[in-house]
Amino acid sequence: MAGIAVSTTINGDAVEYLCQPDETLLDVLRDRLGLTGAKEGCGTGDCGACSVIVDGRLVCSCLVLGAEAEGRKVETIEGMAHGDQLHPLQQKFLEHAALQCGICTPGFLIAAKDLLEKNPSPTEEEIRFGLAGNLCRCTGYDKIVRAVQDAAQVMKGA
Amino acid sequence: MHERDGHYNQTLYNGRSDYDHQGETMRYIRPLSIEDAVGELAKAVGPAAILAGGSDLLVRMKGGFIEPELIVDIKAIGGLADIAETADGFRIGAAVPCAVLGENKALKQAWPGVVEAANLIGSKQVQGRCTITGNLCNASPAADSVPALVAAAAQAVVAGPSGKRTIAVETVPTGPGRTSLAKGEMIEAILLDKRPEHAGDAYLRFIPRTEMDIAVVSAGVNLTLDEKGAIKTARVALGAAAPTVLLVEEAGQVLIGSKLDEETLERLAKICSGACRPIDDKRGTIEFRRKVAGVLAQRAATTAYKRAGGK
Repeated sequence: MAGIAVSTTINGDAVEYLCQPDETLLDVLRDRLGLTGAKEGCGTGDCGACSVIVDGRLVCSCLVLGAEAEGRKVETIEGMAHGDQLHPLQQKFLEHAALQCGICTPGFLIAAKDLLEKNPSPTEEEIRFGLAGNLCRCTGYDKIVRAVQDAAQVMKGA
Repeated sequence: MHERDGHYNQTLYNGRSDYDHQGETMRYIRPLSIEDAVGELAKAVGPAAILAGGSDLLVRMKGGFIEPELIVDIKAIGGLADIAETADGFRIGAAVPCAVLGENKALKQAWPGVVEAANLIGSKQVQGRCTITGNLCNASPAADSVPALVAAAAQAVVAGPSGKRTIAVETVPTGPGRTSLAKGEMIEAILLDKRPEHAGDAYLRFIPRTEMDIAVVSAGVNLTLDEKGAIKTARVALGAAAPTVLLVEEAGQVLIGSKLDEETLERLAKICSGACRPIDDKRGTIEFRRKVAGVLAQRAATTAYKRAGGK
């Protein structure tokens, strides 16, 4: 079966794939490209586990069609670290134990990265509102908020 | 390029015969002109869906509520992804995400109520995709941006096989999930008037938590004042209070000439409560929705009045 030919950029690399018209970007990333960092929690845009950045906008990849990525720039969790060097948010999530089962973590990291890029000095309230589209059933959120606050400090100093 | 990226960089996927695909005949197109989009919509044999942000469409597809034969992605159509300031006011393209409304300083200053309503829809992730045109055409009685748009007397530019027409936004939804748009028609933009001096609008909703929820009941109010601070024109709209968003003309009229004194606010609440035809469900009882509709109308009117420069 043929599909729609899509040329896009993922984490800075040119990527081409064929996908079906009703196939989500999340399914393309996971099932066709092997980028399994983005997770499917709900599949309806409620949980944020599939968060990616498309052309500078934080989105749920489960609510984007694979075909829509044509000509866009997609950033996923796989592009967050530089080689072996973790992004400050990743480092602080580890230090603050801001994860338990880890399913929500890639989405939180991408959403937090987007938040800090747009607002480098968020208040606690702004962090909580900014991450309201990401659900975590383990941590109770507090450690995640502390990790983002700490990462913001580090990133400002960098 | 990092080594770990190598495996997908060369991937040109040639399809998989075992791919479990439900919509065998589904087509996805991305037309470059309104004429092409309308032409395709008009000649579609099966169900056709317009895709802008997809935050309703993809959920409905996933749930099996709609299986479109044709998906028309309108984001590549020139002008549809832009907010234009015109001599008459603002023209908000049908594909402009709500987040972009919040980032537009001129729009936010002119129509803070419309923008705050649009920015209440969903999370950051949803804001990056969802549109006010989609919110209008999804035709939910609880749509957040619609009462604010109705109060603002916003208009919708409808393109169709026989040309274009401009209609009041309140004439678009006809019931839950239903619109007055004919086959082949689509909304290409929402128009908001230029603001005179001493004008303000506001939108409030009740939800049982602080965000990420659907309005139990909501109110949008739009006012203009004369030089002395008396209300010159007023429009009041209620959400989640009837099968469609309600324009409560009587509520607007009761405000005219007043400076929003206590007695006027009481009458406003009473009229709004009386105009409700709400449902009784787990989110709120009829009695609760009636009461809160009045309270929200009062509070939204008070905020709109302050924004218009009244005291």
